[in-house]
Amino acid sequence: MVKLTINGRVFQAQPCDTVLAVAQKAGINIPTLCHSEAVHDYGACRICLVEVERRGRKRLVTACLYPVEEGLSVTTDSERVTKVRQIVIELLLARTPTSEEILALAERYDVTESRFSDMEGNNGDKCILCGLCTRVCSDVVGVNAISLVNRGTKREVALPFYDDETACIACGSCAYICPTSAITLTDSADCRTITWPNSKADFPMKECSSCGTHYAPVKQLQYMAEKAHLSISEFDYCPDCRH
Amino acid sequence: MALIQTKNIRLNSKKELEDHRDGLNFNTQASQRVITVCCGTGCLAYGASKLAQAFRDEIKSQGMELQVTVKTTGCHGFCERGPLVVIRPENTLYQRVKFGDVAEIVTETISRNNVIERLLYSAPGSTDKITCEHDVPFYKKQMRLVFGANGYIDPTSLDDYIAIGGYAALSKALFEMTADDVIDEIRHSGLRGRGGGGFATGAKWQSTREVDDALKYVICNCDEGDPGAFMDRSLMEGNPHSIIEGMLIAAYAVGAHEGYIYIRHEYPVALQNAELAIKQAKSAGLLGEAILGSEFSFDVKISQGGGAFVCGESTALMASVEGRVGEPRAKYVHTSEKGLWDHPTVLNNVETLANVPLIINKGADWFYEIGTANSKGTKIFSLVGKVNNTGLIEVPMGITLREIIYDIGGGIPNGKKFKAVQTGGPSGGCLPEDKLDLNVDFDELSKAGSMMGSGAMIVMDEDNCMVDIARYFLSFLEGESCGKCVPCREGLKRMRQILDRIIAGDGQEGDIETLTDLSEALTMGALCGLGGSAGNPVLSTLRHFQNEYEAHIKDKRCPAGVCKPLITYNIIDGNCTGCNLCVKACPVNAITSQGKKQPVILDQTKCTKCGACYDVCRLDAVEVK
Ligand SMILES: Cc1cc2nc3c(=O)[nH]c(=O)nc-3n(C[C@H](O)[C@H](O)[C@H](O)COP(=O)(O)O)c2cc1C
Ligand code: SF4
Ligand code: SF4
Ligand code: SF4
Ligand code: SF4
Ligand code: FES
Ligand code: FES
Repeated sequence: MVKLTINGRVFQAQPCDTVLAVAQKAGINIPTLCHSEAVHDYGACRICLVEVERRGRKRLVTACLYPVEEGLSVTTDSERVTKVRQIVIELLLARTPTSEEILALAERYDVTESRFSDMEGNNGDKCILCGLCTRVCSDVVGVNAISLVNRGTKREVALPFYDDETACIACGSCAYICPTSAITLTDSADCRTITWPNSKADFPMKECSSCGTHYAPVKQLQYMAEKAHLSISEFDYCPDCRH
Repeated sequence: MALIQTKNIRLNSKKELEDHRDGLNFNTQASQRVITVCCGTGCLAYGASKLAQAFRDEIKSQGMELQVTVKTTGCHGFCERGPLVVIRPENTLYQRVKFGDVAEIVTETISRNNVIERLLYSAPGSTDKITCEHDVPFYKKQMRLVFGANGYIDPTSLDDYIAIGGYAALSKALFEMTADDVIDEIRHSGLRGRGGGGFATGAKWQSTREVDDALKYVICNCDEGDPGAFMDRSLMEGNPHSIIEGMLIAAYAVGAHEGYIYIRHEYPVALQNAELAIKQAKSAGLLGEAILGSEFSFDVKISQGGGAFVCGESTALMASVEGRVGEPRAKYVHTSEKGLWDHPTVLNNVETLANVPLIINKGADWFYEIGTANSKGTKIFSLVGKVNNTGLIEVPMGITLREIIYDIGGGIPNGKKFKAVQTGGPSGGCLPEDKLDLNVDFDELSKAGSMMGSGAMIVMDEDNCMVDIARYFLSFLEGESCGKCVPCREGLKRMRQILDRIIAGDGQEGDIETLTDLSEALTMGALCGLGGSAGNPVLSTLRHFQNEYEAHIKDKRCPAGVCKPLITYNIIDGNCTGCNLCVKACPVNAITSQGKKQPVILDQTKCTKCGACYDVCRLDAVEVK
C-alpha cells in the first residue's frame, strides 16, 4: 500500500492503482471521456488532467493513466488544471457543437462559447475521436471491425476502406460505449443498422424458429457459436423459447 | 592501402585487435598520399562519385597506384562548397572540384607538390586563398571530435575505422572495466542525450541496468525527422562503426544482448552503410557471440521507419519497431524500465552514441572539461538559412550564436541584416539579435525560450516575417501530429487557422491571447513531446517579435514585406528613370510605361504581388510596403 493525498485528503492505495481509480472510489469527481473500465486506457482526450507534485516538481498528468506512488500529492482542480481543461472543452465544442454530452461538460466547467466555433473544419459530427469504440471492438469483442484511420486532423473512425463491414458482428458494443452518441444502432424488424461517423451497414437478424421474433444479428450468433465451438443450430430459438 | 583484408580476419582477443591495428598503420605509412573525395549526400549530388572514379583512373594511368590512395569518405560538413577534395597528409582543401580538374590535380599537386590556386577556398568578400583545410574559417572555430573522423575514413571499410583507433573503447570496456565502471564513466563525463531532450545518458543507462530482466534492448534512434537536420544521417553514412561501437558499450553497461538501429526510410545510404558495417563487425567478431573472445554477446538488427516525424518519439518509435502503428503512449513508466516489448530499453540518439567511444577512450575528465557547467562536450548543428556557409558544424557547448553565425557561418549573405535564428527544429524557438551572445547549451537555450532539440539551426534575415515563420513551423507540426490527443490534434489546427487569418489581413483583437492560451494548453496538456513543444514557435516569436504580430493584426501591415495580402508594391517616382525593366518583367501587365525618363505607373488593381518588378529594378525605384 502507498499513501497519497488528493485535494489534501489522505488515501491508501495499491501501487498499481491509477489516480483516477482512487479518486473515483473516494467520490472525487474527475471528468473523463476516453476512459472506460471495459478497455485499456489510452489517454487521448486529456480531460482527466490533474496536477501532481512529486519531489517538489509540479506537472499535469492524465489521471486515467498515472499510477499512484508513495507521497504523491494530487490536485484535481488547480488553476492550471481548470485552464487546460476549459481549453480542451472549447476545442471539443467547436468540433461537436451538437453533442449533448460535450455541451453538458462545457456548462459544468463554465465554458459558455468556443472561440473557434466559426472557423473552418468544424465538421459538426459528434465523434471526438476518443477511440473507445475501436478499443472495445478489439479488446472486448475481439474482431477489430473498425479502426482509427489517417493521422492528425484527418483522423477518423472507419470500417476498412470505409465500407467493408465483413468483420463486424453487429454486436453494438461500439454504439453502447460511445460517450457522445456518435455511433447509433437501430433495430427494425429483421434488420439492425449501425451508423458509424463515416459509414453505415445493415445486418440481418436471426428469426426465432418458434416465436418468430428477430432476436439477434445472425453474424453475432455465428461468431458466438464459433467461439464456443457450438453448432449454429443451438441458436435456432430466442432466449425466451429456448427453455 | 590496407593489405590485410578484413573479411579474412576474426579478432578473438584484445591483443588480436591491437596487432591488427598495428599492421594496418604500418601499411598505411607505406603509401604516402591520400586523395580524399567527399562522397556524402551533398557532394554526391554534385557528382563526387564520378570524380572519385576519375581520380582512380588518372592515378592508374599515371602508374601511381602504389604511392597514392583514393579514398571516398562521408560528409565533411562544408557541403555548400562541394564536391570537396582533400589531399592528405598536407590537408590541402580543394572545393567545387570538377571532372576536368582531376588530371591537373594529380599532375600538379600529387606529382609536383604544387597547389592549384583556382581550386582553393576564399572567404566571401575576400580574395585571400586558403590552402589548408584547418585554416578555412568554416572549420577553424569548430571542434570536430565526433564528426572529424568522417573526413578521414572510408565508411565502407572496417579497417579504416580500426586504423584510427576504432573498437579500442569496446575492448577497453570489455576487458578493463565492469559494467558499473562504464556507467560511472559516462555519468561523470556529463554526457546528455543529443536527440533533443538532453537527458543525462549515464542516469538513463543506470535505470535500465537496475531493472532485473534477462531481456533488455539498446536502440539507436536514427529517425531524424527534423526538417533541415542531417547530422545523424551524416554520422551514420560516414562513420557507422562508431555508432555500433557506442551501442555495444551501452549494451555491455546495461546488460542487453539485442539491439536495433531505427533508420528512416528516406536514408538509403545510411541504411546501406549501416548494414554493411553490421556485417563486417559480425564477421570480425566485434558483434554477435563472444565478442573479442569475451563472454559478452550482442546483436544488432535494422528497423526501417516510415518517415513520420512522430516516430522519433521514443514510445512511437518502439511501437513502430514492434510492427504497430507509430503512435505515442503516455510515458509515466519510463521506457528505460519498460520499453520495447515491455522490456527495459535504452534509446539513444546517433550522435549520443557516437560520443560514447570517445569518452571511454579518453576518459570522463577529458570530456567534462569541454563545454559549460551543465552541458558537456560538443554539439553538431546543421546551419542553414540566410547564412553564407551552410553545412554541418561541430562546436564545443558554450560557443556563442554570434561565433556560429558570423565566424563559422560567414555572416548573412547580400549585406542583409540578421533578424533571428531558429534553433531546435520545428518545435524550437526563434531568438532575436540581442540573444546573439548567448552561450549555446541545453539550459541557456531553454531559458531564452528556445531549445537545443536535435540541432537544426535556421538563420533568418530582415526579409523573413516572423508570423509567417511561426505559421510555417506550426503547419509542419499540424501535418505531423498523429492525431491521438485533443490539444495537439484540434489545438494545432486552430492555431494554424488563426495564423492564416492574421497573415491574410483578417487578424482580430484577442488573437494573440488565444494563441498564447492554446500554446500553453499544448505545453501542459499534450500527450507526447510533439504536442508538448509545438507551442514554442508561436510563444518564442510572440516573446521576441510581438510587434510584428501587432503590425499584422492592428495596422494590417507586414513589416518584412512577406505576407502578400498585407503588402503593396509601389513605384518611387523620384528614383524611376523609366528604364522599363519592370514593365517587361511584370507577368500581368500591371505596369505601364509613360515614355523615356518618365516614371512608370503601377496599377494596384492588376498587381498580383509577385515581386518580379522589385527583383529586376536596379535603381531601388520599386518599394514594398
Ligand atoms: C516528436 C518527437 C520527435 C523526435 N525525433 C527524434 C529523432 O528524430 N531522433 C532522435 O534521436 N530523437 C528524437 N526524439 C527524441 C527521442 O524521443 C528520444 O528522447 C531520444 O532519441 C533519446 O536519445 P538521447 O537520450 O540520446 O537524446 C524525438 C522526440 C519527439 C517528442
Ligand atoms: S458492432 Fe461491429 S464495430 Fe461495433 S463493436 Fe461490435 S463488431 Fe465492433
Ligand atoms: S465514435 Fe464515439 S466512441 Fe468512437 S471515437 Fe468517436 S466519440 Fe469515441
Ligand atoms: S501530442 Fe500530438 S503527436 Fe503526440 S500523441 Fe498527441 S496528437 Fe499525437
Ligand atoms: S509585383 Fe508582380 S504583378 Fe505586381 S507590378 Fe510588380 S511585377 Fe507586376
Ligand atoms: S480519460 Fe484520461 S485522457 Fe481521456
Ligand atoms: S557531402 Fe560533402 S561536405 Fe557534406
